[in-house]
Amino acid sequence: MIDRTNVTAPPENTGPATAFVRGEMLAEQPAPITESGPIGWIRTNLFPSVPQAILTLFCLYILYLIVPSIIRFLFVDAVWTGTDRTVCATEVQGGVRAPGWFGACWAYVGTYTNQFIYGRYPDEEQWRVNIAGFLFFGGLIPLLIPSVPFKRENLIFMVLIVPVATLILLTGGNFEVGGMILPLAILTAIALIAVFGFSKGAQSDPIPGLITTAAIFAGIFIVLGVLAVDFGLERVETEDWGGLLVTMVIAVTGIAASLPLGIALALGRRSDLPIVKFVSVVFIEFWRGVPLITVLFMSSVMLPLFLPEGVSFDKLLRALIGVALFSSAYMAEVVRGGLQALPKGQYEGAMALGLNWGQMTRMIILPQALKLVIPGIVNTFIGLFKDTTLVLIIGLFDFLGTIQSSYTDPTWSSPVQSMTGYSFAAIVYFIFCYAMSRYSMFMERQLDTSHRS
Amino acid sequence: MAVTDMGRGVADAPPKVALLNNPRVRGAIYQVLLAVVLVYLVYAGIGNMLGNMERAGISTGFGFLDNTAGFAISQSLIDYDQGVSTYGRVFVVGLLNTLIVAVIGIFFATIIGFLVGVARLSNNWIVNRLATAYVEFFRNIPLLLHIFIWYFGVLRLLPQARDSFDFGFLGLLNNRGYFAPKPIWGEGAMLILYALIAAIAIAWGISRWAHKRQMETGQIFPAFWTGLGLIIGLPLLAFLVMGAPLSWDIPVAGGFRPSGGMTVIPEFLALLVALTTYTAAFIAEIVRAGILGVSKGQSEAAHALGLRQGQNLRLVIIPQALRIIIPPLTSQYLNLTKNSSLAVAIAYPDLVSVFQGTTLNQTGLAPQIVAITMLTYLTISLLTSAFMNWYNNRVALVER
Repeated sequence: MIDRTNVTAPPENTGPATAFVRGEMLAEQPAPITESGPIGWIRTNLFPSVPQAILTLFCLYILYLIVPSIIRFLFVDAVWTGTDRTVCATEVQGGVRAPGWFGACWAYVGTYTNQFIYGRYPDEEQWRVNIAGFLFFGGLIPLLIPSVPFKRENLIFMVLIVPVATLILLTGGNFEVGGMILPLAILTAIALIAVFGFSKGAQSDPIPGLITTAAIFAGIFIVLGVLAVDFGLERVETEDWGGLLVTMVIAVTGIAASLPLGIALALGRRSDLPIVKFVSVVFIEFWRGVPLITVLFMSSVMLPLFLPEGVSFDKLLRALIGVALFSSAYMAEVVRGGLQALPKGQYEGAMALGLNWGQMTRMIILPQALKLVIPGIVNTFIGLFKDTTLVLIIGLFDFLGTIQSSYTDPTWSSPVQSMTGYSFAAIVYFIFCYAMSRYSMFMERQLDTSHRS
Repeated sequence: MAVTDMGRGVADAPPKVALLNNPRVRGAIYQVLLAVVLVYLVYAGIGNMLGNMERAGISTGFGFLDNTAGFAISQSLIDYDQGVSTYGRVFVVGLLNTLIVAVIGIFFATIIGFLVGVARLSNNWIVNRLATAYVEFFRNIPLLLHIFIWYFGVLRLLPQARDSFDFGFLGLLNNRGYFAPKPIWGEGAMLILYALIAAIAIAWGISRWAHKRQMETGQIFPAFWTGLGLIIGLPLLAFLVMGAPLSWDIPVAGGFRPSGGMTVIPEFLALLVALTTYTAAFIAEIVRAGILGVSKGQSEAAHALGLRQGQNLRLVIIPQALRIIIPPLTSQYLNLTKNSSLAVAIAYPDLVSVFQGTTLNQTGLAPQIVAITMLTYLTISLLTSAFMNWYNNRVALVER
């Protein structure tokens, strides 16, 4: 500690040397202009040394090469209105633009927007897609915001009501379920008998198990009954679905199917039971070792061969099965990461409380492990969302597939058409994926309960 | 003794537990159930498949691999003749095409990825931002769209053959591909190769010796620079001694297509560029995380020990960062290899395109062809991860 009074009033007896010591504090001065403000910022962040300055100039040159031409293509030279290809072609190409013109043809995207979103879904039925979309996003958004209450009710809405409602809305409902009632009834009986016998053998009360089982099967029967109801909606075959609708259907179904399957596989892979573990490892490693495109080929040409004669699947459903199996293997590895990240004490504590494996997994392990891997699940979803584009190779029309197929339309064919379409696709995919990755980072921060600084 | 006897007495009379509450019995029941269901599903599936194949007139067996393939392939690393070569050879051609695009792609993606990853950590604001923009742009757009943009967008905008971009000695670029100069090795060129192999062997020996000597005496020998000098110098010496046995066949622009040189087809270029830039964005993030994962205390301690900045990087930071980087890097390499199958969308003749695509269409033997293709990719994946696991174990931290 320096005593101020000592500085201002030096002791008398120190002699002439103190004449060089300043008697009073200097007033605070602003930092030199070269160290603060915009100039200081530029100096420290852009030109701190000669090599850095060269690097900065190099980057500026790259930006100069790229950015102006992109802006000119997307905005300055772009065509916003028009009815056919002439507005988007130069005079040599039979249009009205000056030679050398190269800009985006947003007029073409404008006329095609409806198709890019719905594909060939009939115009007068598109309100059904919209309602399904509202239901889905209306249920999803509050689920994604951590502070919104009623998570349990919200989840039940998303898991039970939205899928059934969406299925009926999109396809038209009125399914033929008559053939499934008898097998399902037999299955119910077998399940009830098995539960009863098991509880008797384990000398426990069979009633709660029986009630749960009966409730599950009653739920399945109710869903089947709803699917069989004729709501008077016109049937829309999946061949007519397309665009963003198909992309969303594949991505959402894929993630919804892969989550439970992935959790089961991850638990299986960490199981003590050798057969269960072996089967899980083989399943996971097989799907992770092959490219998605071969999986889609397999599901489109091989799946029909595996089924009994006369049973056939819809093309979209076959792709969905392939995507679900494929992504469940990736999901399993994500969930396994969460299971491994839990401290051993959680397992030991649960066992010390006398919980059995099912109770431990359901009440202690999974709630913590799944919470840990929410960012990983979102990242898997981003990957899946991007991978849905591959279905265009097996002849389904997803968002990119619809754009690609619109190039065959002679009304709009011009040299800038493909670049315009791809730019539009890139912007849309970027918005979706970037938003999801931001959300994943947000959740990562929310869930970071470790006390790292 | 009495205590142990008492203990035994308690253990001898366990409380009576129902058989089904015994975890081992339960486990066995679950496993048997699972096995029965799976075996039934596989049995039924294969039974259905054989029945369906018989009805559809699809032959079983792999005899088709010896049949002649009647289609042309636009790029082949080995001899392939339309109408003479067999489907088995088509498979090999496709596999080699997949491997070459994967290997070259991995090479460039690693370089770009490391550069961008380091750039993202730069204090230079604009370098940092540019690298971030690169990562976000390339990561958030589907790979297939990248491939389409490069193939149908950018490469289609290249000039016609007669107006090729002429890079002089480096060849020509036009919308029919890249026409590179072709090296023609003369007499004695093999000696250069031998010199290179010898140089690598000697450099390896020197680095072993230098390491051993440093361990024993503490003296440092510039093994890296010596090795580099050897690897460049010896082949160069052999090259000069043999009287420069190398000439170049430089492509010449022509009206229809350039003549001479090596042709790199545009499909290959588009796929390579798309795969490289896309995977590099992911590698950049891995590299960044790896470098950030090494705690600051490590480099502070290294400086305190008197290591220079270069030594600090080489001996302290990079070995520890690599330990974090390698496992996810492996899966990126595998992803790149698997993603090269998207070649089918632009008809680059890779394994999926020529084998699972064209061969399947011509023969109709879906089960065999799909099985061969998937198993091939599976083998590549498992081999790569086995190798990388081995390497990872070598560099892994040896814990007490």
